Parts: sequence; structure tokens; C-alpha cells
Amino acid sequence: MKADPSGVLTGMHFLDGDHAACEGALAAGCRFVAGYPITPSTEVVERFASRIPMVGGVFIQMEDEIASSIAVLGGAWGGKKVMTVTSGPGLSLMMEHIGLAAITETPVVIVDVQRGGPSTGLPTLPAQADMMQVKWGSHGDYEIIALSPASPQECFDLMIRAFNLAETWRVPVFFMMDEVIGHMTERVDIPPADRIDVVERRWTTKKPGEYRPYAAGPDGVPDMVKAGDGHRIHITGLTHDERGYPAMNPAAQDKLVRRLTDKIRKNREALADIREDGVEDADVVVVSFGITSRVAAAAVDSARAAGLKVGHMRLVVVWPFPEHRIAQMAPRVKAFVVPELNLGQIALEVERAAAGRARTVRIGHAGGTVHEPEQILAGIREAAG
Amino acid sequence: MSQNLAIAADEREYPVENPVIPYLRQERIPHIWCPGCGIGTTVNCFARALTESKRDLDQVAIVSGIGCTGRVAGYLNLDSFHTTHGRAIPFATGLKLSNPKLKVVVYSGDGDLFAIGGNHFVHAARRNMDLTVICVNNFTYGMTGGQLAPTTPIGASQTTMPYGNFENPFNLPFLADACGAVYVARWTVFHVKQLTRAMHEAISKPGFTFVEVLAPCPTLYSRRNKLGDGVDQVKYYKERSVVKHGAATKEVALGFQGDIVVGKFVDRERETWLDGMNAHFEKVLGPRYRRYGE
Amino acid sequence: MSDGTVQRGRGTVFVRKEICKGCSYCIDFCPTKCLGFSKDFNAKGYHYPDLARPADCSGCDMCGLYCPDFAIYGMRYRDLEKATAGAGTAADGAAKQA
Repeated sequence: MKADPSGVLTGMHFLDGDHAACEGALAAGCRFVAGYPITPSTEVVERFASRIPMVGGVFIQMEDEIASSIAVLGGAWGGKKVMTVTSGPGLSLMMEHIGLAAITETPVVIVDVQRGGPSTGLPTLPAQADMMQVKWGSHGDYEIIALSPASPQECFDLMIRAFNLAETWRVPVFFMMDEVIGHMTERVDIPPADRIDVVERRWTTKKPGEYRPYAAGPDGVPDMVKAGDGHRIHITGLTHDERGYPAMNPAAQDKLVRRLTDKIRKNREALADIREDGVEDADVVVVSFGITSRVAAAAVDSARAAGLKVGHMRLVVVWPFPEHRIAQMAPRVKAFVVPELNLGQIALEVERAAAGRARTVRIGHAGGTVHEPEQILAGIREAAG
Repeated sequence: MSQNLAIAADEREYPVENPVIPYLRQERIPHIWCPGCGIGTTVNCFARALTESKRDLDQVAIVSGIGCTGRVAGYLNLDSFHTTHGRAIPFATGLKLSNPKLKVVVYSGDGDLFAIGGNHFVHAARRNMDLTVICVNNFTYGMTGGQLAPTTPIGASQTTMPYGNFENPFNLPFLADACGAVYVARWTVFHVKQLTRAMHEAISKPGFTFVEVLAPCPTLYSRRNKLGDGVDQVKYYKERSVVKHGAATKEVALGFQGDIVVGKFVDRERETWLDGMNAHFEKVLGPRYRRYGE
Repeated sequence: MSDGTVQRGRGTVFVRKEICKGCSYCIDFCPTKCLGFSKDFNAKGYHYPDLARPADCSGCDMCGLYCPDFAIYGMRYRDLEKATAGAGTAADGAAKQA
């Protein structure tokens, strides 16, 4: 279906990434946000708070990120598309509800405008060091989806996809910005509502009495209802059966957890979004995401000018990790070069997928600013050996 | 017919069903609560309060946290949500704001609502979020085996206060009152009629309404403190309860096996969060504002 | 209506003995003290309540309100006869509402 025009600010704008992400959420149909102020993400909720009264919906500033992260789950079961927004320290507080969203299959978009850590770290400066936390931070086995925008325009465009993916797969979808993308101002084109495709919730067509909240379809995803529809659903964070009732035994655990993980793992290739540039005959492939991909592109240009055969893969979807593509390329490249604003997170995934068939050169950076192109270029030279 | 109408010992046809049954997910009964636990009694009272309220039960949702009382949501035949420890109130806040037609009731225990969830309680009451919070207070952590709760009376023994509790417990009605709840009552499971009425009043009144119910935990509180079984605790409630409607909430703190002041302490009017939002935005934004929730 | 085996009071109780946990709330807080423990055990080993003094039962359903296990409930014969005649009772109303 097409976007509700009341939320779409059609036109050409000059916006920072935080504001563009908010417009993306409104265009996607997000009508309930619960948040808590935290630098450098706060502008997302500030804009939502000022825009939503005229669009029709609710913003509430909760008492902390724990509350925000579960208020939005309540909002989803009340029938709205929902989002919460935070940065590292807040994300750390949200972990228990990432698990709750995963096990209850609640569609939710969580924006993480990354800053330097650990702990309070560098509140006003960038990092990309929460990449593993969003994948593994809550206890137990589960899967999530994570997108990594590299410009304010992508903050708008990919945010719509983030909501569509959350509704399609009923998993938490992380929108992995960073301080630079969040505060960088660029041109953002917002199309007319009738050119924005949005995915509606998977409302069941079953009648009360016939509907089983966790009876999944062939794609591994169950249809959903909202409170008040007469289905008298029971939703629990305990391991549950298809009725949603607690079923605490190894068989029920195996069935549920395998489905929660398989619905994403088995669709890894369909979910992948890799922007590739010159990888087909490359000796060295730079794998990057988010703001770092912009620095990496400059380094790749310099390397090519110096006669090196270098390709560039930008991961728009970071989770699920596109290990299939790395595995395809590993036998025919010398090395992967992985620059990221952390000391080696996604590089570990590249290493794992390459499985010893190609080297992985980590270009780590502890955060606080972005890489210098020369750092990445030096890595490319080393990899090209 | 005459057979059925005599004493129904058992295994006969029941000519009429227990009136609480339609409110329960019958396939999940018997429940997990111990013999003599009072939580089931509070559920009876809640079911009857729902009957009296004449509400459309499709529009009533129940949200629980974690713990013994946290299991209430799973037994009630309503839209029901069993959330994380301490977080029932913020989940309920999101549910209510997302779908304002719903009557949302939070039903949880004292540890869940006032230790790990304490911050959420004070803020929801401050905001006058339109929620009813029912707290079954058994003075202990039942599900984990009888540890110190923020309500454990001074002197009572718990597994993590093995020499007797020396830290001050919350006076829950005082806390709720101070934070701005519009309705505050305390009863015990001895007071089934009064409790039913209080629950009915609480779910009928817009805004943040709070009912504290004292209920025995025979397995982990009463026996450990040599207070007998569940029924002995209910007898204590009967003997030592003093009804004082309108009592100043700061005067109603509980001591170990001391007097229990019960009654309706607070019943006042305040604009709910959602009504406040709508009124304020209409005033400051005028016709640009799209009134929410109607 | 009496089957002649007991002297009838104004009401009676119904017991689902298999889900009773023997807590004795119903027995101790029955306003007319008409209930007692059965001699028998249920499958879980609990003594469930019996209507020991049927003539004293008023069918007030305080036992139903107290019972934490939903295992007993009381009814006045007046309401019971109406219910079984299909005339509708509080319980019927609850079933409809629910």
C-alpha cells in the first residue's frame, strides 16, 4: 500500500540525518514513539514531538530507556507502528526488551545513533561500536535486522524500509546511524506519498476462536492482531506454544527458537542489500558500512588511481550479515579490508565468512571522529601486498 | 434435576457454572499458585468487579510483570500481556496510548511493581496515566523463593534477610498518594466484598487508580516467619484490620503482624495524561491539531 | 425439589474436588459455618470441602469469592432454579459479557 499523506513532508529539504530519520518514520506510518533524551539521537524525538500533533499520533517522553523500549512494544500491540530512539548507554538499558520483542515477535524500529563508548564514552562524537551489541546484546538466541544509512537521504529512504521489514518479519529492526550521519546536513528529497510503498501489519483474517497468535505461515512469520480485536490473546516472554501459552519444555523451546532464528537466517540472501563497486575483478575488496563507507570510497578511488585492483562493498543491511557474498568472493580475492569505527566487530564476521580463503585486514578506529582516507588506503596497500 | 440440586459433591453435572469461569482461560486451570496463596482470591474479586462494571471485555486488557502475581495475566480470558520484570506499567502505558479505547489494568506483585518497577510506578502516577494498578502485596518474592521485598515488614525473616529485616519498607498507599494517584485503596483477601467494590471503583474511574491487596504467601513468608498457613494469615487480616476510609496515607504504614489500616484513602479528580494532551494541543495549536484517540 | 437425602437450606455449593488444594479458606470464612473437610482425599492428596451442615447453607457464595482455586461456588436455590429453567442468572450474564 502507499504511505498515508498526512505523515509525508513531500518536497526538497535540507535536513540532518536525525531529522531525516524522523521524517522517514512519519512517512512509513509510525504513529507512536516513546523515547528518552540522549545525545546524539535526541533530535529525532524532538522533531517527532513537534510534528506528531499535526499528523495524528502520540509521542511520550518516558522516565528512562527501559520504559521507552517496552512502551513501544505496548504501542505495537495496541495497533500502531512504533519506534524508539537512543544511543549507546540507552541501548544498553533496552536490551531486555529487544529479547521481549524478539520472542513475542513484536514489530519495532529502534534507532541507535552511535557514539563512542564504552559507558558514557564520547557523547557528542561518532562510533560504530554497537554493531555486535544489537546482534547479541539480549540473552538467548534470536535474530534481528540492522540497516546502516550513509547519508541523510538514506536516513529517510532506509527508515521506510526499516518499518517495512519490521512489519514483514516481526523482528526488532535496528537503524544504525552514528553521530556524524545524525548531525550531517544534506539535501533530502521526500517523494509524494503515492510514490512511497509501505507494508501494512500482517493482520490476521481469522476470526476470534480460530486465530492462534504464534501459528506461523510458510515464511515462518505468524499473522498479528491488536488488543481490542476480540481475540483474547495471551502474549508472554516465556517460551510459548502456538496459542501463546507458556510451554516450558525442550521441545517447545526448540520449535520456537528455531523458528525465531530461521525466519531471518533462511532469508539472509533475500534480505541482503550490498552496494558493490568494481568487485568482480578486484584483488582487494573493502567492506564498509555507514559513515565509514564514505571515507572508504575516497580511499578506494586513491588506490585505483595508484593502479591497484580494489573493489568496494557497502553493507546497507549489516544484519543478517551477508556471509554468502563474502564466501563467494573469498576464493578469488587476496584480502578483505574492513574499516569501521570500532576495534573489530564486523571484521570478525568477514573473517568468519571468508573462512581462511582470503585475509581480512582490520582497519579499526576507537571512534571520536571518522577515519582518514590514508588509513584505509594504507590498509589496502598492505592487503594488496 | 433433584440430584443436581442437592449437595453437589463432585463429578456430577454442574447445573450452573462457577461465575468466575468465563473470565478464565479454563484450559490453563488448575493454576500454579500454592495451597493457601491469596492471589486466586483476588482474581475472583477482579472477575466480579468486571461483571459489575458491565464493560465490554473485548476492550479490557491486562498486563502483568514477572512473579507469582505476574501469572495473573495468563489465566484471565482477556487480551493479556505477561511482560518483563517490573515493566508492566510502561508496557501498559504504550498499549493505552496506542489504543485509547482500551481499559488497561496492570496486575502484579509488590516486588515487581515497587522494587524493579518502582520508577515506572511513580512516573505513571505523576502523569495520571489512565491505568488501574492492582498490587498483590505478599511481603515477599514468591517465585524466586522468599527473598526480601521492598514491602517486607521490619523484623520479618527472609532468605536474603536471614536475621530479620532491618530496612524500612514502602508504605504503598502513601507513595501512590504522593505521586498523584487519583484513587488509592487498601484491602486484604479477607475483605472480598470490599475488595471487589474497590476494584470496580478503580477500573471505573479515569486516571491512575491503585488498589493494594494484602495476600498471604504461606510457602515463603508465613511459614518462614512461623505465622502458620495461608488461612492463618487471613485470620490475622480479619483480626487486626481497621477500616479507616479517608485515612491520611502517611498514617497507614504496616508493621510486622501489626494493625492493618484498610479502606479507600484517596478519591480525587485530575485530568488524565491523554485528556491533558488533547486539551493542551487544542489550545496552543488550534485547528492544526488532530485530536487523538476518539 | 429436595431429593430427600438431606435437609435443604436456602442454597448449596458445588465443588470441583480435583482442583481443590485444601486451603480451608471456604471453611473458615463461611458466614454460616456450614462447610467441613471431606474425609476423602482428591487425587493430589488434599481434603476438599463438604457441605457438612446443608441446612445452614444460604448459597451466599462467599466460599466462591474466597476460593483461590476456583474450586467451590455457592448458589441460592432460588437462583439455581431460575438458571436451570433458562431464565438467566448472574452467571449467565457473566458468560454473555465474557
